[in-house]
Amino acid sequence: MQSNASLEYDYSVAKLFTYTTILFGFLGMLIGTLIASQLAFPELNYMFGEYGTFSRLRPLHTNIVIFGFTLSGVFATFYYVGQRVLKVSMAESPFLMTIGKIHFWLYFVGALVGVITLAMGFSASKEYAELEWPIDVVIVIVWVLWGVSIFGLIGIRREKALYISLWYYIACFLGIAMLYLFNNMEVPTYFVAGGIGSVMHSVSMYSGTNDALVQWWYGHNAVAFGFTVPIVAMVYYYLPKESGQAVYSYKLSLLSFWGLMFVYLWAGSHHLLWSTVPDWMQTMGSIFSVVLILPSWGSAINMLLTMKGEWNQLTENPLIKFMVLASTFYMLSTLEGPIQAIKSVNAIAHFTDWIPGHVHDGTLGWVSFMIMAALFHMAPRMFKREIFSKKLMETQFWLQTTAVVLYFTSMWIAGITQGMMWRAVDEYGNLMYSFIDTVTVLHPYYAIRALAGLLYLTGFVMFAYNMYKTITASKRLEEEPQFRSPMAA
Amino acid sequence: MFHWLEKNPFFFSVGVFVVIAFAGLVEIVPSFAEAARPIVGLKPYSVLELAGKEVYKKDHCIACHSQLIRPFKAETDRYGQYSVSGEYAYDRPFLWGSKRTGPDLHRIGNYRTTDWHENHMWEPEELVAGSIMPAYKHHFTNIADIETAYAEAVTVKEVFNTPYGDEIKAGEEAWNAYKPQVLEEAKAIAVDMKHPEVHEALKKGEVPEIVALIAYLNRLK
Repeated sequence: MQSNASLEYDYSVAKLFTYTTILFGFLGMLIGTLIASQLAFPELNYMFGEYGTFSRLRPLHTNIVIFGFTLSGVFATFYYVGQRVLKVSMAESPFLMTIGKIHFWLYFVGALVGVITLAMGFSASKEYAELEWPIDVVIVIVWVLWGVSIFGLIGIRREKALYISLWYYIACFLGIAMLYLFNNMEVPTYFVAGGIGSVMHSVSMYSGTNDALVQWWYGHNAVAFGFTVPIVAMVYYYLPKESGQAVYSYKLSLLSFWGLMFVYLWAGSHHLLWSTVPDWMQTMGSIFSVVLILPSWGSAINMLLTMKGEWNQLTENPLIKFMVLASTFYMLSTLEGPIQAIKSVNAIAHFTDWIPGHVHDGTLGWVSFMIMAALFHMAPRMFKREIFSKKLMETQFWLQTTAVVLYFTSMWIAGITQGMMWRAVDEYGNLMYSFIDTVTVLHPYYAIRALAGLLYLTGFVMFAYNMYKTITASKRLEEEPQFRSPMAA
Repeated sequence: MFHWLEKNPFFFSVGVFVVIAFAGLVEIVPSFAEAARPIVGLKPYSVLELAGKEVYKKDHCIACHSQLIRPFKAETDRYGQYSVSGEYAYDRPFLWGSKRTGPDLHRIGNYRTTDWHENHMWEPEELVAGSIMPAYKHHFTNIADIETAYAEAVTVKEVFNTPYGDEIKAGEEAWNAYKPQVLEEAKAIAVDMKHPEVHEALKKGEVPEIVALIAYLNRLK
C-alpha cells in the first residue's frame, strides 16, 4: 500500500480547525489570566459589570479552553492525521468532505452560542457541563458528525491496520460520547410545566450524591478522554514524524492503551473522597488512581525512549523540545494526581489551590504544548511554507516553560499552606485561624500565578503570530518535508 | 488478538466501549436507589428558594464555595455537623463545588442572617476585612425568575415524585394562583432588609435576585 506517492491529502477541514484552535486558545487563556489576576487584585472584578466577576468568568475560561481550544486541536489533528495514517484523501469522497465542513461550521456556531449563553448566566452549574440543554443537543450532533468522519474515513481506507493514534482518537470519540450523554441527562422544565418559565432551563435527572457520582465520573474522565487520550494520539504521530524515529515499543503502546482504557474510568470517585459517597467507591477511586500511573507512564516512557540515541535533536529542533517536555509534564502530572488521590493527602489537598495547580501542569505543560507542537508541525505541510521563525519559537518555549513552573510551584505552596491552616489547632484544640486568615495569606502566590498566566499568554501570542506569519508570509516550499519541519532562523 | 482487532475497526470499537463502560456500571449503579433517599423530615425547596438556587447557579457560586462538610474535627468545628447523603436528596444538581476560595456554605443558614447577607453581598469588604469576594450589587436590581423556579418545582414533582403539595401543578393558571404565596415569602425575608429598591420591586410584584438568594442561603442548615 505504499504506492500512493502521488496522493494529495486535502486539509481544508484541518485548516479551519487550526484557526479556531488559535482563536479559542487566545480567548480562553486571556480570560484565564484575567480571573487569576482577580484573585490577587479583586478590583479587577468590576470591569464588565455583572458579566465580569470571577464566578461568571470561570466557567467561560474552562469551557473555552476545553471545548474551544483543546477540542479544536483534537479535530484539526484528526483531520490531518486520519487521512495520512489511513492513506486516503478527503478529496476522494465528496460525502466525507461535506460532513467535515458541516462538522466544523456547526461546531463553530455552537461554540460561539455556548460562550454567549454562559456569559449571560445560563448554566446547569455542573463543572465542565455547564451548557444548557439546547446547546447540549448541538454538541451531540457535532459529535455524531465527527464519528461519521472517523468511521467514514476508516471505511474507505487503503491501509488496513489502524495506527496507534487512531486507537486513541476512536477511544476519545466513544468515551466522550458515553460520558457526555449520561452526565447531561436533564429534563427541560418548560415542557413538563405546561409552557411556563424559561425554555432554556432544565433539571438534572440525578440528585445529590448520585448527581455527584455521575458528574465526577464525567468530570474526571472528560479529562481522561479530552485531555489525555487524544493528546497521546498526537504524540504517537507527531513525535515519530518530526524526529524520524520509529515508536520505541509496539508492546508497550498496546499495554498502555488497553491499560489506560480499563483503569481510567474507575478513578473518577477520587474527586469525592471524604464525601457522602459510599466508602468502597472512594477506596476504589484511590486504588485505581495509583494503578493509573502504570499505563500513563507507559505511554510517556514509550515516547521518551523513541528519542533514544537521537537526543541531539532536542538541542537542534525546538519542536522536539515542546514534545519531549510535554511528555515529561505528562509524567509529572500523572504522578501528582495519584498522590492527591491518596485519602490522607486528599484531606489536605481537596478544596485548595493545589488542585488547579495540578490541573494546569497537565493542561499548560502537556495538552497545550502538544497541541501547539502539532500545529507547528502541520503548518509547513498544510500551507506549503516553512515555519516563519525558529528564534521566536525558542523564546516562546522558554517563556511558557517558566510560566508553567511558576504556576504549579506557587499553587503547591498556596494549596498546602491553606490546607494546613484550615486544620491547625492551638494547644487547647481550638481552630487557630479564621477563614479569612487563610485567604489573605495567599495573596503573594495568587500574584505569582497571575504573572505565570501573563507569561504563558504572551507565549501563546508569539505562537499565534508565528503561525500567522507562516501561513501568510513565509518562504514557499517546493516539496513536502519528510521529517524535521523546515524553519527560518 | 490485538493485531486482528487493529484490522477490524468495528470489533475494536466494541472492545474499547466495553472496557470503558465497565467501571461506571460497577461503581455507579449498585448504590443508586439508596443514595437518592432523603433523610427523615427533609422538605423540598420552596419556589422562592429554588429561584435563589438559580441565582446561585447563574453566578456560579460553586466556583469558590463548597457545600460539603467533611467528617474532620477541623471542619465540624468550623462549619457544623458533617454532611450526610440524604440531605442532598432534592438537590438537582448537587452543588458541592470543588474549591474553597471562600468558606463552605452547607450550613450557612445556622450562623448568618438576612441582614448580614444583604450587607455582605453589597460590599463584602465591609464585613470581612481582606475579603477577595466581589460585590454582587446587580443582585439588588436584577429580578429573579420565579416563574421558571415554579416550572422546576412542577417538573421535579411530576417526573421525580418530589413531595410538593397539590397546588403545584402545570400550566399558566396554576402558576398565577400560586404566585402570591411566593411574594408573601419574599416579603417576609425583606422585612429584615434595608435597601429601598428591594421594597419597591416587591411592591410591584417582582422579587429581586438578592431576596431569592437569601431565602436559599437561609435554608442551608
